[in-house]
Amino acid sequence: MSDTLAPQTYRVTRADLIRYAGASGDFNVIHWSDRLASRVGLPGVIAHGMYTMALVGRAVTTWAGAADAVVEFSVRFSRPVPVPDTDEGTQVEVSGVIKEVTGDGLTRVAITATCGGEKVLSMASAAIRKR
Amino acid sequence: MPLDPSFVGRTWPPTEPYLVGREKIREFARAIGADNPEYHDPEAARAIGYPDVVAPPTFPTVVTMAAGTRIIDDPELGLDYTRVVHGDQSFVYTRPVVAGDALVCVSTVEEISQRGGHDFITTRTDVTTESGEPVVTAWSKLVQRGEDGR
Repeated sequence: MSDTLAPQTYRVTRADLIRYAGASGDFNVIHWSDRLASRVGLPGVIAHGMYTMALVGRAVTTWAGAADAVVEFSVRFSRPVPVPDTDEGTQVEVSGVIKEVTGDGLTRVAITATCGGEKVLSMASAAIRKR
Repeated sequence: MPLDPSFVGRTWPPTEPYLVGREKIREFARAIGADNPEYHDPEAARAIGYPDVVAPPTFPTVVTMAAGTRIIDDPELGLDYTRVVHGDQSFVYTRPVVAGDALVCVSTVEEISQRGGHDFITTRTDVTTESGEPVVTAWSKLVQRGEDGR
């Protein structure tokens, strides 16, 4: 791996949020109803934070080149990801930089995730170990 | 109303075991668009040393969310869920979750704080197999936004 990891881009549509709600069991209304999301002061439906984290997990797994390599994974949700009810939805971009490779084979990665040019996570990081 | 600080340090009894199904892992992996064969194909998972399909890194949230609900739904805590947003999430893995695991969660409130009119609660959930083998520990920080709507 080089120091800068290949950015990964993921499209997110309303259909993705519905599918994630069903698969995860998180049926919070702010992830499927504009009406109820705006009632609590949101611009409209937003992605589940854990869906965004799952996409970042895909990026980390891709960088690691192994499905079981993530040993630590941490994010702070700093800004919501609004998902408009359009065919295109929105897009989350995930990039990473290797911060450290420890003597015992642990690779520490600092992660940036953006949507529409704005950072949606802060202090996001992962540690990877080839098992 | 601030959160009840006496919850800090409290640990809840272990949850009933959650039996991780192969189809649930596949469903979750499909929902996040993760097509690694080890999430879908038992043979591919066996080839890297696991007895059945392995779960993507954030899958444990499916299991830990129910354990967390027991805490945040406790009226004594004083959390108004309509004002709650997810602040932080962390996982430290001993190994990935594997289909066939019967997982037990033990949750502890690690921290309750107040800053800028908002309330914060951090819970740790230790996820083990029924026989006590550690699998993953999850930390979740929830933010209850101030009532003035900031």
